[in-house]
Amino acid sequence: MWKYLLPGAAFLGLIVLFAFGLNPKRDIHELPSPLIGKPAPEFTLTDVLDKSRTVSNKALTGHVYVFNVWATWCSACREEHETLLKIASQHVVPILGLDWNDERSRAQLWLRELGDPYEAVGFDDKGRVAINWGVYGAPETYLVDRRGHILFKHIAPMTMGVWDREFLPRIAAARRGGA
Amino acid sequence: MSRGFAAMPAARAAALAASLFLTVAAHAAGDHGLLANPALQTRYEHITQQLRCLVCQNETIADSNAELAAELRGEVRQMLLAGKSDAAIYRFMKARYGEFVLYDPPLDAKTVFIWGAPFALLLVGAVVIYRIVRFRSRMPLDDDPSSGPPA
Repeated sequence: MWKYLLPGAAFLGLIVLFAFGLNPKRDIHELPSPLIGKPAPEFTLTDVLDKSRTVSNKALTGHVYVFNVWATWCSACREEHETLLKIASQHVVPILGLDWNDERSRAQLWLRELGDPYEAVGFDDKGRVAINWGVYGAPETYLVDRRGHILFKHIAPMTMGVWDREFLPRIAAARRGGA
Repeated sequence: MSRGFAAMPAARAAALAASLFLTVAAHAAGDHGLLANPALQTRYEHITQQLRCLVCQNETIADSNAELAAELRGEVRQMLLAGKSDAAIYRFMKARYGEFVLYDPPLDAKTVFIWGAPFALLLVGAVVIYRIVRFRSRMPLDDDPSSGPPA
């Protein structure tokens, strides 16, 4: 009895393991952020457009907002820019930007030429703020609730599909729940 | 192999050796030169060998040329200079990038399977071998006249 049951069970176990491990839909490079559900790291940086002004996410406490990490050296960020403009035109939530490891003049040119979907953009040339947020590649887009907790993180260019599927329902839920 | 090297002009060999040495020296120096305190430098080298570069996921931040790795090395450096303990630095990295950033993940509920699997498999193998040996030892010997087909 055992002689047949045991190898059978082991074989089934392997199938389950492989179905999970070799699933082509699973992105093996994607890492779940340990910051989901935790307070978003606070920051105060200079405004990328105006050195004399500061940008801080503290100002958005009490609001649901989107936090988008980008840079002019990042080609995928250019890819998603059109989408960000479209999202901004919906006026659902403010988009706070973080210009990561960039040159100010290039970033200014980028926003002038391609359009500016952001409420404000913090200029993180040292990359310290990005490290606190656990950023490891651009573009990354976060959703933060009214209490300032991170609800969701999307790594890869933003698309309308991701926005409709992942962000809008969470934004609606966050507003309903009063969070 | 050794003949090939000997045939190389001495000047060229010297240049090659020098360039190899320079690469190593530049690498060991990190991004801002060696730390003044040798004990800190040793800890710096050890810690950066224990942290995974998130961009090129099979390299340590000590080995990686990625910009993020350089920034994280800078972060480790500053935390060491600020007197932070090794544990505090690992905690800092884990809080931001998750357990994946640690090359030597701690033993806990989530990793117990990975740590335990080799021992479990060893046990399974031992049981299989024990059973095979016992089964065979009960088999009749080949030259036993009573077991074989009649000659």
